[in-house]
Amino acid sequence: MFENADALLLARIQFAFTVSFHFIFPAFSIGLASYLAVLEALWLKTGKALYFDLFKYWLKIFAVAFAMGVVSGIVMSYQFGTNWSVFSDKAGPVIGPLMAYEVLTAFFLEAGFLGVMLFGLERVGKKLHFIATLMVAAGTAVSAFWILSVNSWMQTPAGFEMGANGQFLPGDSWWDIVFNPSFPFRLVHTVIAAYLTTAFVVGAVGAWHLLKDRQNAHARKMFSMAMWMAALVAPIQIFAGDMHGLNTLEHQPAKVMAMEGHYQSHPDGAPFIVAGIPNSKEQRVDYAIEIPKASSIILKHDPNAPLAGLDTIPKEDHPPVGVVFWAFRIMVGLGFAMLGLGLWSLIARWRGRLYEWPVLHKAALVMGPSGFVAVIAGWIVTEVGRQPFTVYGLLRTAQSASPLDAPAVGASLLAFIFVYFAVFGTGTWYLLRLMKVAPKAQLEGDETQEGPIRSAGITPGPAQKQAIPPQDSAADGGDGQ
Amino acid sequence: MSIDLTMIWAFIIAFGIFAYVVMDGFDLGIGILFPSFAVGEERDQAMNSIAPVWDGNETWLVLGGGGLFAAFPLAYAIILPATYPLVIAMLLGLVFRGVAFEFRWRDPGHRAFWDMAFSGGSLVAALTQGMILGAILQGITVADRAYAGSWWDWLTPYTLLTGLGVVAGYALLGSTWLVWKTEGSAQDHAYRLTLRAMIATLLLLLAVSLYTPLLDAKYWQRWFAMPNVLFAAQVPVLTAIIAALLFWGLRMRWEASLFLLSLGIFLLGMIGLGVSMWPYVVPDSVTIWDAAAPLRSQVFMLIGVAITMPLILAYTGWAYWVFRGKVGKEGYH
Repeated sequence: MFENADALLLARIQFAFTVSFHFIFPAFSIGLASYLAVLEALWLKTGKALYFDLFKYWLKIFAVAFAMGVVSGIVMSYQFGTNWSVFSDKAGPVIGPLMAYEVLTAFFLEAGFLGVMLFGLERVGKKLHFIATLMVAAGTAVSAFWILSVNSWMQTPAGFEMGANGQFLPGDSWWDIVFNPSFPFRLVHTVIAAYLTTAFVVGAVGAWHLLKDRQNAHARKMFSMAMWMAALVAPIQIFAGDMHGLNTLEHQPAKVMAMEGHYQSHPDGAPFIVAGIPNSKEQRVDYAIEIPKASSIILKHDPNAPLAGLDTIPKEDHPPVGVVFWAFRIMVGLGFAMLGLGLWSLIARWRGRLYEWPVLHKAALVMGPSGFVAVIAGWIVTEVGRQPFTVYGLLRTAQSASPLDAPAVGASLLAFIFVYFAVFGTGTWYLLRLMKVAPKAQLEGDETQEGPIRSAGITPGPAQKQAIPPQDSAADGGDGQ
Repeated sequence: MSIDLTMIWAFIIAFGIFAYVVMDGFDLGIGILFPSFAVGEERDQAMNSIAPVWDGNETWLVLGGGGLFAAFPLAYAIILPATYPLVIAMLLGLVFRGVAFEFRWRDPGHRAFWDMAFSGGSLVAALTQGMILGAILQGITVADRAYAGSWWDWLTPYTLLTGLGVVAGYALLGSTWLVWKTEGSAQDHAYRLTLRAMIATLLLLLAVSLYTPLLDAKYWQRWFAMPNVLFAAQVPVLTAIIAALLFWGLRMRWEASLFLLSLGIFLLGMIGLGVSMWPYVVPDSVTIWDAAAPLRSQVFMLIGVAITMPLILAYTGWAYWVFRGKVGKEGYH
């Protein structure tokens, strides 16, 4: 098997597969860690048990999601060497140190305090426990900072010199490398995306339980908090995305041409193609539905501004257009759908129907996974749009791969696909089962509910049995959602 | 030879790998021994003794890999393709091991399956880590800054031996950790396991130590030529002393000391490895200076290590302190 396959293509599929799967978990846990910190802060400040109940509810979910993020993340730290060794040798002196900083400042921080956050409340007390939660949340955010700096450097390399042995070497200033031109935009856009992803999951879980019981105070609280996030952050995200797009136009025009489906240059105002089928062979978009001049208005803020097309770029430097074009539309469409739900929730709040409007709750439920889809779509836009380079304009993907035979790469790809779908599929099912349990107040005087210890599953034997039955009875009501 | 940044970085990476080996070593060792513990209380105690710390322990592996990438990119770019199937198997083993910590509690109906995943994943990770070590020691074909061998070069009797050696060594760390952290029937069982793991570890360590100098005349030189032998000979002597203490301590039913003595064996193994490899990072084709990142990368990272490492060690130590003492049958109250 795979003897005649293209080792490069298999390596690309493997990286795309492992990174896409991995990205799902941090996209959720970055936001969830912050949400947990907010819930614990509100609990400490107000003393209301409701917040602590919600904290414990989401902590269980966080523990499962975080474990999957950790194990799929370790795979990523080795994928560079196993499958992209030439890239690693050449770019290592520049991006290696950034990744080392990620380990030193983020991974140790979140992993070091995770144990206390999950199991240590009774051992360290409320204040130290809250600090542990804050450290975990900070760790997830710092991790995003460094890895997005690495990714941005591959998109918009800066601050380097070329070595005689073909390596990229750091120049005088690490500042120029870390804060390369696309980094601030990518960081803001991606971190907001993670927060929105979490907000829509929390909103959907709240909505699901409101559909079952409108009076559930816990479901009300989480739904309300999530809808505030949607209403306030979705518009910020659309603005941040626009800024990111303008930055891309400046530094990676070919990527924007692919996003827009602009094979040809438009000297006096370019249309925005709402939909169509990019046809790279003929260099045109078939069945295009266009809004005249709209693309020039969005990108240049002038209806008649000229916009160059892919015809100005050598053909061997074209990114794949179809994938980028469609992924971009999915991301933007979902962004506006999020905005719509946020606005709808404001109307519902104003009319006093936030908890009494089943159609709104159903819409929020449907939108639950929208953040994940949008994040992956956005990732595809930026990564496929970077092709055919790994270091944009300087190092081709075709010249970055490890000297491996196709059977080795193919066999490992199959192993990853099989294991990831089995393990993370099961894990996702466990997450859904946890989300199906109705959030509720802990029973008075039930000492087994005092800490997150049991909730994270550390307690063996009898106590576990005490804590579980009410959940199981709810979880047995059906499968998945 | 004066000390330069490349040497400092070699020691930092070695420290990171050593920290990983001893810290995740006992986690993986517990995984390897897991099937021999009775379902229920014994297994839950074993699992609880590492649940709060395993994630932090595993992070040292990311530091080892990420640090190698950053400080010695050429070595990273040669070793990983050369040991490709082993690395992939290790990563997948760690996937099963890692998720089992949560999944076994989330799904009591399939707990037996996740216990198996925990144990199998740990065994595969330990075996492949040992085999990767062996594959590096037996030499890697390098041409033009890249791995130039085939994708089965790593599979030899020698690498199988080093793989088994690491499995036995991790089992020793795991069993002595459990002696320290458990009580009752689980601890009795851990004492019995320690004896077996100790004998297996020492025999395999001896076998690897005798085999390695025969692989290549250079290893022989580094160990037995004057004046190296005066330093190198201390390693087996100290190992023998620690082994004797371990047997004595087991009879006396020492607790924490047994674990610390096992760490001593690993430390000596690491020093022995240093004697064999120095100054190569890929024996005998790439030295640490060939593979080193440029000065600017080394300095930038050294600043980060100097600031963060004391903090990391402090809060990691604190996390261990929080969960000190016997794990108990009731979990953490």
